[in-house]
Amino acid sequence: MSVGTRRLGHLWPRTAKSRRAVTGYLFILPFILGFLLWFLVPALTAVWLTFFDWNMIRDPVYVGLENFREIFRDKLFVQSLKATAYYTLGSVPVSLVLAFLIALLLNTKVRGIAVFRTIFYLPSIVPAVANAVLWNFVFNTEFGLVNALLRALGLPKIMWFQDPKWAMPALIIMSLWGLGYTVVIYLAGLQGIPEVLYEAAEIDGAGRWAKLRHVTIPLVSPVIFFNLIMGIIGSFQVFTAGFLITAGGPQNATLFYVLYTYRTGIQYFDMGYAAVLAWILFFIILGLTLLVFRYVGRLVYYEDVG
Amino acid sequence: MATQSETVSTRRAPRDRLVIGRLINGERLWRVLTWALLLVGACVMLLPFLWLLTSSLKTQLAVFRYPPQWIPNPPRFQNYVEAWTTRPFGIYLRNTVFILILNEVAILGSASLCAYGFARIDFPGKNFWFGVVLSTMMLPGVVLMIPTFVIFSRIGWVNTYLPLTVPAFFGGGAFNIFLLRQFFRSLPGELADAARVDGCSEFGIYSRIMLPLAKPALATVAVFTFIGAWNDYMGPLLYLSKDPNKYTVALGLAMFRSAFLGRTRWDLLMAASTMMILPIIVIFFLAQRYFIQGIAVSGLKG
Repeated sequence: MSVGTRRLGHLWPRTAKSRRAVTGYLFILPFILGFLLWFLVPALTAVWLTFFDWNMIRDPVYVGLENFREIFRDKLFVQSLKATAYYTLGSVPVSLVLAFLIALLLNTKVRGIAVFRTIFYLPSIVPAVANAVLWNFVFNTEFGLVNALLRALGLPKIMWFQDPKWAMPALIIMSLWGLGYTVVIYLAGLQGIPEVLYEAAEIDGAGRWAKLRHVTIPLVSPVIFFNLIMGIIGSFQVFTAGFLITAGGPQNATLFYVLYTYRTGIQYFDMGYAAVLAWILFFIILGLTLLVFRYVGRLVYYEDVG
Repeated sequence: MATQSETVSTRRAPRDRLVIGRLINGERLWRVLTWALLLVGACVMLLPFLWLLTSSLKTQLAVFRYPPQWIPNPPRFQNYVEAWTTRPFGIYLRNTVFILILNEVAILGSASLCAYGFARIDFPGKNFWFGVVLSTMMLPGVVLMIPTFVIFSRIGWVNTYLPLTVPAFFGGGAFNIFLLRQFFRSLPGELADAARVDGCSEFGIYSRIMLPLAKPALATVAVFTFIGAWNDYMGPLLYLSKDPNKYTVALGLAMFRSAFLGRTRWDLLMAASTMMILPIIVIFFLAQRYFIQGIAVSGLKG
């Protein structure tokens, strides 16, 4: 700061300690400003919005708690919660287990393992829009891949995205294609288990199952827990597939919560109510995370350090 | 190998049962089983990619044929040209690259600066502010979608690139700060101390000594920034969807998809999707190890 010292000599603090403090704050200044501008201001705006009826054209009208009362009359709100819960319950447990099994397979030293790892990971980085376009066609009733396979097996075709019963299962299957990210996180956890523990277990006469049950699973349980929480948080925020492929339909069967919030705010310009919906999502995710911490967290095994 | 052991087991001769016992206990059978399961899984994962690729090379008529042809004959490469030109994808690409470059510069510069401050300088309140960094990671991004949109519309930023670029200059994202901080902390302090004795300023140490050493971590951030900006749909949808000249590739593809009123041109859509996926796959193969590093860090924080 030699240049600064000369030019702004009277502003620059004299003691080394306070100089370091100023330097430190100068370094993190971008974050502090960003936090205030793009985090705190929107968060406070979101609180303010909940008490107003505002379509961004007329002046905002103070309505007190009316936006909150609206929740109890809103059938679409309930439907969007149901759809999102269905999606979460359908996709998170299956992907959690399936990704774990795949990670176990990928944590071996068989031939071509690097190629296999790549193949399982790649779908998870496919852009959401391209993903939606592709799977829209894969599940196409007349010309899609899935129905062609069903027909080859002699099964009747399914109107995947036109049938309220089948639209959500199709989106869940589609989401499973992207489990590679979860697999890689598991894999990092599996590779962190010291080989010594397996050797010790073998000396004690442990077989494959016993080693999995008493060494692998306890030691990766923090990672399983992490993936569970990230899975819940992520699945409550799905948007693109429901927006592009099904547009929330048929009969609102795939009206995801975020899609409903987007519609309320960005398409119908009901900003106050949309802000209420966003806050409710925040508290749902927070509540679920705390519940998971409370009831699943105690099953997690943390290695003693020291 | 798996089929071999099956045929053996059906015979059930005592001598063969011994052989099975040896195989089951042996590493060999497990390896074969693992390999077979991986192969089946890999085929399932690859099938949609294969479907995408073959469909993108089919004629309009071949798309509708049953059973589906896996090798289009003859392949119609013209689909790619048509998909590229029926919509101005060249302009979309230019817009995306513009946003991408600004984000890379902003995030690498700003996140590394903050990360260095958190990792290497002691100042009062540091732990508090780092706690703030971590807590912003906990808030789901969607919660701020509505108020942020309201604010950006009030200040006239809708239909400009500003909402998709300017915020990146302010800290560059909590996760990136976290990742780079972990890296800066792992670097030895002797070099910095020596430079400090020689009268080098803290900013000089950061820019001339630490940044060059942090190249692997910066590459990880750069790769994830690329993927994030290239794949982003919600951002462009919120702020650019009213002005077709400002579309990104993601937004352009989404609009291209919904443009068909009568018969959907799946051949062209598959070609356009392939073109959108291709850069991501290329980046992945070029920067594979940075991907793994980034994911390992994100997993460790749990």
